[in-house]
Amino acid sequence: MSSIGTGYDLSVTTFSPDGRVFQIEYASKAVDNSGTVIGIKCKDGIVLGVEKLVASKMMLPGSNRRIHAVHRHSGMAVAGLAADGRQIVARTKAEAINYEKTYGEAIPVKELAERVASYVHLCTLYWWMRPFGCGVILGGYDRDGPQLYMVEPSGISHRYYGAAIGKGRQAAKTEIEKLNLSEMSCREGIVEVAKIIYSVHDEAKDKAFELEMSWVCDESNRLHQKVPEELLEQAITMAKAALEEMDAD
Amino acid sequence: MDLDLNAPHSMGTTIIGVTYDGGVVLGADSRTSTGMYVANRASDKITQLTDNVYLCRSGSAADSQVVSDYVRHFLHQHTIQQGQPATVKVAANLIRLLAYGNKNMLQTGMIVGGWDKYEGGKIYGVPLGGTIVEQPFAIGGSGSSYLYGFFDQAWKDGMTKDEAEKLVVKAVSLAIARDGASGGVVRTVTINSEGVTRNFYAGDTLPLWHEELEPQNSLLDILSSAPIEPMRT
Repeated sequence: MSSIGTGYDLSVTTFSPDGRVFQIEYASKAVDNSGTVIGIKCKDGIVLGVEKLVASKMMLPGSNRRIHAVHRHSGMAVAGLAADGRQIVARTKAEAINYEKTYGEAIPVKELAERVASYVHLCTLYWWMRPFGCGVILGGYDRDGPQLYMVEPSGISHRYYGAAIGKGRQAAKTEIEKLNLSEMSCREGIVEVAKIIYSVHDEAKDKAFELEMSWVCDESNRLHQKVPEELLEQAITMAKAALEEMDAD
Repeated sequence: MDLDLNAPHSMGTTIIGVTYDGGVVLGADSRTSTGMYVANRASDKITQLTDNVYLCRSGSAADSQVVSDYVRHFLHQHTIQQGQPATVKVAANLIRLLAYGNKNMLQTGMIVGGWDKYEGGKIYGVPLGGTIVEQPFAIGGSGSSYLYGFFDQAWKDGMTKDEAEKLVVKAVSLAIARDGASGGVVRTVTINSEGVTRNFYAGDTLPLWHEELEPQNSLLDILSSAPIEPMRT
């Protein structure tokens, strides 16, 4: 049955006769058009990387960040509508603080991901709300080690070794699958993430972009931090070199 | 004699928590008083919160029971949600939340002790105002005033389980000898990676200190055995 013009796609509270909720699928479309966001779990931590598409040359570099700190030990990368993402980030921060106030220790990443997913899912249950037009990748480090989760607009959340969303997710996923994540350190991971972001970026079609990266690993004392400037520069040079090598072939 | 039976039940108490190499030993006397009257001479002041966390209670029996009931409930929920046992720290923090938030109404000091796979054996003191203090050993209740010097001298880092338990029993029996509001039997709870062991030391098996009288089964025993000095006023 066609969805066009039937009216089954107007509300998040209406199922289509074949059992789909179109509004949520549209929300996913909003994510699919955004710059690529990837996260990988290495042996000693998590690396997050974002292809931040810059809308204008007049924009200050480093503004409109897409990777946010949500807690000392965890960070969140947003794909899709940045404004919707900030709403999720705010809620995530609140949940992390609230947990620590009541239980006296840092929230486990698993628990944080579950709470974020519940919140995102809640917005798909009422007719007066609109689902979030963004997906998030949550990386964190707790007593049980580094963990990576991805939460989608439907409220689904899964734990990953490597995750990718946005425009170049398919290409990025195949690249991630080639990596030997269980033996890779985050230092090496940074370069790989940079290479992938640069390789999935379509120079001809897309706007200019800025590579944004963060990590939570043993080297960063299990704190979520921006990747140090010199490491980032190094990774970018290596990514560009790898790209040229590919073009030469 | 002032026998006010309407006075609230309170545990003029001796409670102790001690860490050792591999776990913790908790100890307590067993006297619950209503003013001058001993309402219960065999009470259990070491309450279970979870499989691996126990709580020593002192002060108002009612207040500490309510706090422990709430915390047991919250920890149960937390255990189900996390799918694994709560840590000692989480238990201590929940107790602190209640103790601090209701400090104007509560008259109870507590010692939390337990074992978890992340931090091992831990003791947290939660005294009257609702502060939380992680300590290698903690003492509480009216009887503890007699024990500070003793513990400064006798507590050692890296004791064995038996050494720690002996220390606890000795300390409680010393406090029982000096403190009128502590008495009865000594109960201990030992918690480590292997699990929990409860022990009971009957009042007439405890060591006698200084000029203490031997425990007697019946007053008649005293009368028959030795000539008693006539009572003088």
